[in-house]
Amino acid sequence: MANLTATESAGRVRPKLGRDDWAMRGLMVAIGLYLIVSLALPLYAMMSKSFEIYAYQPQLIEFQVNEGQGWRPVLNALDLGEELGVLKRGELVTTADGRLQATRFFPDFSFLSETRYRIRNTEPASGGFMIRGTRIVHDEWVEYSSGDFRRVTLRPGISTGLGNYLSYFSTPALFTSIYNSLTIALISTLVTVSLAFGFAYALTRSSMPFKGAFKAIAMVPILVPSLLPGIALIYLFGKQSLVLKVLQWMFGEEAVAGLWTSLIQGAYGPTEIYGPIGIVIASVFFTFPHALLIILTAMAIADARLYEAATALRAPKSRIFWTVTLPGARYGLISAGFVVFNLVITDFGVPKVIGGQFNVLAVDIYKQVIGQQNFQMGAVVSVVLLIPALIAFTVDRFVQRKQVAQLSARAVPYEPKPNRRFDNLMLSYCGLVAVFILGVLAVCQYAALIKFWPYNLSFSLNNYNFDVMDGGGWEAYGNSIRLGFYTAICGTALVFLGAYLVEKGRGFGYGRAGFQFLAMMPMAVPGMVLGLAYIFFFNDPANPLNGIYATMGILVVCTVTHFYTVSHLTAVTALKQMDPEFESVSQSLKQPFYRTFGRVTAPVCAPAILDISIYLFVNAMTTVSAVVFLYSPDTTLASVAVLNMDDAGDVAPAAAMGMMIFYTNATVRLVHAFLTKGVLTRTQAWRGR
Amino acid sequence: MRIEHLSKMFGDFTALSGINLEIHEREFVCFLGPSGCGKTTLLRAIAGLDIQTSGKIEQAGLDISALPPSERDFGIVFQSYALFPNLTVVKNVAYGLENRKLPRGEIRTRVAELLALVGLGDQGDKYPAQLSGGQQQRVALARAIATSPGLLLLDEPLSALDAKVRVYLRHEIRSLQRRLGVTTVMVTHDQEEALTMADRIVVMNQGVIEQIGAPMDIYRRPATAFVADFIGTMNFLPGVAEGPDRVRVGQVVLACDAGDAEPGAQVTLAVRPEDIALQDVKSSAENAFEVEIGSMEFLGSFFRAELADEAMADTRLRADWSINLVRRHGLEQGQRLHIALPRDRIRVYPQSSLHG
Ligand SMILES: Nc1ncnc2c1ncn2[C@@H]1O[C@H](COP(=O)(O)OP(=O)(O)O)[C@@H](O)[C@H]1O
Ligand SMILES: [Mg+2]
Repeated sequence: MANLTATESAGRVRPKLGRDDWAMRGLMVAIGLYLIVSLALPLYAMMSKSFEIYAYQPQLIEFQVNEGQGWRPVLNALDLGEELGVLKRGELVTTADGRLQATRFFPDFSFLSETRYRIRNTEPASGGFMIRGTRIVHDEWVEYSSGDFRRVTLRPGISTGLGNYLSYFSTPALFTSIYNSLTIALISTLVTVSLAFGFAYALTRSSMPFKGAFKAIAMVPILVPSLLPGIALIYLFGKQSLVLKVLQWMFGEEAVAGLWTSLIQGAYGPTEIYGPIGIVIASVFFTFPHALLIILTAMAIADARLYEAATALRAPKSRIFWTVTLPGARYGLISAGFVVFNLVITDFGVPKVIGGQFNVLAVDIYKQVIGQQNFQMGAVVSVVLLIPALIAFTVDRFVQRKQVAQLSARAVPYEPKPNRRFDNLMLSYCGLVAVFILGVLAVCQYAALIKFWPYNLSFSLNNYNFDVMDGGGWEAYGNSIRLGFYTAICGTALVFLGAYLVEKGRGFGYGRAGFQFLAMMPMAVPGMVLGLAYIFFFNDPANPLNGIYATMGILVVCTVTHFYTVSHLTAVTALKQMDPEFESVSQSLKQPFYRTFGRVTAPVCAPAILDISIYLFVNAMTTVSAVVFLYSPDTTLASVAVLNMDDAGDVAPAAAMGMMIFYTNATVRLVHAFLTKGVLTRTQAWRGR
Repeated sequence: MRIEHLSKMFGDFTALSGINLEIHEREFVCFLGPSGCGKTTLLRAIAGLDIQTSGKIEQAGLDISALPPSERDFGIVFQSYALFPNLTVVKNVAYGLENRKLPRGEIRTRVAELLALVGLGDQGDKYPAQLSGGQQQRVALARAIATSPGLLLLDEPLSALDAKVRVYLRHEIRSLQRRLGVTTVMVTHDQEEALTMADRIVVMNQGVIEQIGAPMDIYRRPATAFVADFIGTMNFLPGVAEGPDRVRVGQVVLACDAGDAEPGAQVTLAVRPEDIALQDVKSSAENAFEVEIGSMEFLGSFFRAELADEAMADTRLRADWSINLVRRHGLEQGQRLHIALPRDRIRVYPQSSLHG
């Protein structure tokens, strides 16, 4: 008996939760809910929109006519329409705004006649008909004089199905974009990763001078919107090519003209800068730093002992390259490849500016939504664009996990030995890349500062007179800076707190796994898709959050969510490096979690917190893709202004605004570097010993 | 403090099972065992940091089994010390005293007192990274006892330190504990540490308790072959029981307490090297027999001799003899001599219990 009670008392222990546990779980759920509302629900709204089909339902509409001799027999609109050739069964699909005039069913209609008409919608829940903007919602006969009847229109009804997808895949103009996007992304990926690998190789394996400067220059493209390289290419190789002008000046007009037309400018050949070539060059420009950072990390962990062993075995340099360097960097290369692929395929700025007639998915979404107001089709393209982005994202996560495992292995850092020829070779390579990057900026700055290329080359600040141009003027620039600060402050607080709760919370395994998943999701969602999803979700009058639509608020929410994942991962990495027992000690000393968070965790992670805030600021300044659907006349942004001015043909002012973004970001970066140094020396005196 | 039927699972892996233990007021208890045996897991269960799967923990008569750490009464020092790197020594120690509506002056006095107690009175304004490992360790200790907890938990507090500092801090910690009278549980895999510091030792292996007892007890009378092997050096001799007080090893029959081993059962005899006595040639003492010195090894403060004889088949015995004794008897390799295994120093274990 005694034994029995003993075993019973040995039943499972259900840990009692303390105040901290409840508070931390509550906060984590709150941030999780934020991610659900700002990401999962909008995506869901977009998905369901893509299955919504708008079609006329004439089979449900009946007419009766009275020409003075009493009411004639009832006519079904579908039968009547088919008889008259007004409409065909199976071709009734239209858009949400589609309207069909009732008078089209009566070819000899005259609004001056005495004829009276009756119309009835047999199914009140269907699209039915309307007059002067008022929908008739009952199923009774309504009688109109001919004068009124001409104002009656049939509305489409909504149904769900694969119709939008079917029409997408049966429209070559649309689905060829899939092929275009994939090709462009693939080529850009190959080029960028190769170039970045060479650059990283020079930085880690040679002892050339100016490494710091080269690395800084390589990071410059992060500071500008992806529209800018497109603009620079237009100046360099477009109709009024700067390169051509320089060549002509150097070699004489005739000598160059023929060759140039056939080779570079070739409005006749596939080499025109507007189109795939321009997209690839500009994409390489803006994805280069992203690839470089990943590959550098992978190569920095190379183990010197392997090199020593290989050298001791008298392996030639080329052999070492193929057997040691390349395999060591392989996860970095693969990971960089997928990241670049994802960036290019989801980018909107580059193909918008320089894509010409070459259609890609991201621009299609924009065209469908802004150009044709066909939101359903925009949603379909978005879903299509989600698929490659999701695949690239998943593979990248998988590879990164492997890389981390490799990183934790103990390695001795490699110290390159000087080798004049090799170092000079690497130096000239890096020099070329640096010239390309700085050249793009220089061209934009030059274009912004001259009066009217190529006819009036005198300097002026006219192009900075943004207020007289379409796009939002200087106010847009101010808005962008506000957006940057709001995003940096709110985003950093939200992200870091979320990462802290998920890393340092106790128990609640499922909740934390769920939160991790939510935090990873934003990276898989292209900006254009996110922006469109926000229209569907927040612009719905039935949504209680409808109030933030068309405000600065929705731009902040959208930007924070768009860039959530990378920030989250930065925070998690920093938190993982902290001793997990800080929390245990605090609990044993009966201190609430927020005190440890405020006094220890946050100060120790200050460098990471600054990194996150600068990342969010810079991206808020340069992003176009998500916010292009969400700004209102009061909240135009600098990056969107670049887009709109370029669209309106004001290319020079667009370049000027783009450079303003660059200078702002560069300044903020410098301040950040300064602050980080200050923080490190002041609050982190303990780091150095 | 009482622990009853405690067990802990990590998924399918059983990290602890059937732990029963009582810890008395003011006692210094060591959890000793090879690495991975579950010592830390048990300590964390007591702290509430990783709550056990089942079983009960009582402290001061209250059932605290399910309570979160913040509602328990303990101070803790981790192997990593977990000192807050961005706070000075003073602020680290004061950390648990703040937020308790204590006047500032009182906190200051208390911190100064604690730092003096651990011998760091003049280091208060330094950051942890500016201190040596031993100093950091003492700061962690001061922080843990600042709030005068009823229980002090130490997880391998000395293992990150140099051998010299370690020996010094053993005494420091022990005398501090005596002075404060705080009940203390220390986890260690270092038997010397446990033997010199503990009032009682809990020897653990693969998630279960092998033996609980005072250091001398555990050394003298290991309850299992595992404990016998783990603590100190031990000779193991395979034998066959011939009666309740006789065991045969090879052709030698030894008188010893065979416990309840059935006659004919395979058993393992254990005897410590230092318990092997040198006999006069003509002696007819109990358990005396002749062996040859296979090798002699000088280990600094004593000699370790390896003894063998055909009568004992393949079994070799290690004997520890003082320099003095070796010199007096002129012992050297190859020499034959008589030894005796004192009856009350022989332990008998069922054969399967070791390496089983
Ligand atoms: N969080 C955990 N998850 C899974 N297994 C664990 C965990 N913590 C400890 N273990 C396992 O439990 C066993 C006991 O661990 P521990 O108590 O740390 O041993 P030690 O006696 O060295 O302190 C080990 O085998 C370890 O691998
Ligand atoms: Mg341990």
